[in-house]
Amino acid sequence: MSGEKKAPYIVPIGPTHPALKEPVMFTFEMDGEVIRDVDFAPGQTHRGIEWMGMRRNPVQIVHLTDRICGICGVSHTLAFSRAVEQVAGIEVPERADYIRTIIAEFERIQSHLLWAGVAAHELGFDSLLHLTWRVREQSMDVIENLTGNRVNYALVQVGGVRRDIVPEQHRIIEDCLSTYEGLLGKLLDLFLHDKTIAMRCRNIGFLSRDDALKLCTVGPTARASGVNVDLRQDYPYCAYGDLDIRAILPDQHLGETRGDVYDRIVVRLLEVGQSCGIVRQCLSEMPAGEITAEPKLAKLLAICKKARGEAIGRVEAPRGECFHYVMMDGKESPVAWKVKASSYSNLMSWIPMLKGEQIADIPIVVASIDPCLSCTDRVAVVRGGSRSILSKDDLHRLSVEKTRRMQQ
Amino acid sequence: MALLPMFPELLKQLFRTPATNTFPAKYLPPSVTGFLEKVGAGQAALVPPVPTPPKFRGKIEYQRDGCIGCSLCVKVCPSNAIELLEETKRIRIWVDQCIFCSQCTDICPKGGLRMTDAFLLADEDRYSENLIVE
Repeated sequence: MSGEKKAPYIVPIGPTHPALKEPVMFTFEMDGEVIRDVDFAPGQTHRGIEWMGMRRNPVQIVHLTDRICGICGVSHTLAFSRAVEQVAGIEVPERADYIRTIIAEFERIQSHLLWAGVAAHELGFDSLLHLTWRVREQSMDVIENLTGNRVNYALVQVGGVRRDIVPEQHRIIEDCLSTYEGLLGKLLDLFLHDKTIAMRCRNIGFLSRDDALKLCTVGPTARASGVNVDLRQDYPYCAYGDLDIRAILPDQHLGETRGDVYDRIVVRLLEVGQSCGIVRQCLSEMPAGEITAEPKLAKLLAICKKARGEAIGRVEAPRGECFHYVMMDGKESPVAWKVKASSYSNLMSWIPMLKGEQIADIPIVVASIDPCLSCTDRVAVVRGGSRSILSKDDLHRLSVEKTRRMQQ
Repeated sequence: MALLPMFPELLKQLFRTPATNTFPAKYLPPSVTGFLEKVGAGQAALVPPVPTPPKFRGKIEYQRDGCIGCSLCVKVCPSNAIELLEETKRIRIWVDQCIFCSQCTDICPKGGLRMTDAFLLADEDRYSENLIVE
């Protein structure tokens, strides 16, 4: 090649992806197969949930927050409830705190298993996807048994929880925990000792510790880069203060931290085991007592109506910190309500991760921060004026082909 | 098989029964509504759905007689699915809007609202009789 300068190929992805919590518009600057630069524009879909909330009372909003995310419903409900409880000065009974912790940990288990399956799928390893999702079903069944529904649990209410965990349910939970503890070794083996996964994930999608700190990443994404952050450890809420929780870092298992996609798999899988331990501990230490500070909803509404002030609720969701800001002004509905989901903090880390990788690595790197699945619904490739559309299937095919190429 | 740990797992899977419950039929019928009509007429057998968990939140049941028209349920419904009919002082529930949070059944002072196990609520018409409880 002579020294002539070529204009880079621009590959836009987005902006609308129904499967994403926060649809984004990606623009990739390509040099052949290699990504030179990435830009993205979040905020493409505004559902107006906060607007809806400001026309409703806190008891109604709690069920709205359940629907911000289908996977981390408890985290949003919990963060919102905790904010309102602080504004209104409601003291949550201890038993309710433990039940909240148990359901939040079950949510983490199912979310991480779901993610592990998606990661396997993005690599073209669909048999592992089906295996992971099959074992995930058991946690969904427990959640269903505890709350009444598989998703949109509606368990947490301002002031406590709406359903108690009765002794008959202990056995179901215990069954599920022992299954997962038995399975964890197998899952770690299937994911970490597999040649294909190591090939496609080791040294792909790097995020250095400095970048992770600079970009304010949260949750497993930050921990996989060696940043020791975990709200459950740094800012204990609910029952976490009573439990001994240490953030899971990849060097505990592998002896080193690289900050690649592989490390993110390690962190998430180990957190499944950690969550099992937390649930077990909570079950054995759960005190007896009330499950809600105010069982009469009409009274609860009156308390919330009188409340004045502002507060934030922070919760460690499966993807990282989930943050709710609520301001109440003696009216039925809050004057301000701001939600910051964990993916929002993690999105910026895509830029250092994706630079220098190939098109076929986009699916796994984008999925590695767990932005709620298939980011790559449709890709338009512009090559010298001619335009072709790459669908998610095409990208998936490219990813599978790359795995095959590397295996040869 | 050090580098392909999934392989023995896949071999084992060959001899296991599938985890999927094939509701409503083993193979997808050409028309689900047609199939359900046949089931109703006793011509076909239904593969039963996975049983609902205890305290499942399904379609609302409303006992009109006990209702005192206090409209507390209207106040807590997050999706504004409950309407108070002014002339009769009774409520009407639009099930197509209901998000099954069960908040109204919790607040009802007379215990006149109840969540049933009914979950097959798909309908082509959102105003169909099946989706309005009053």
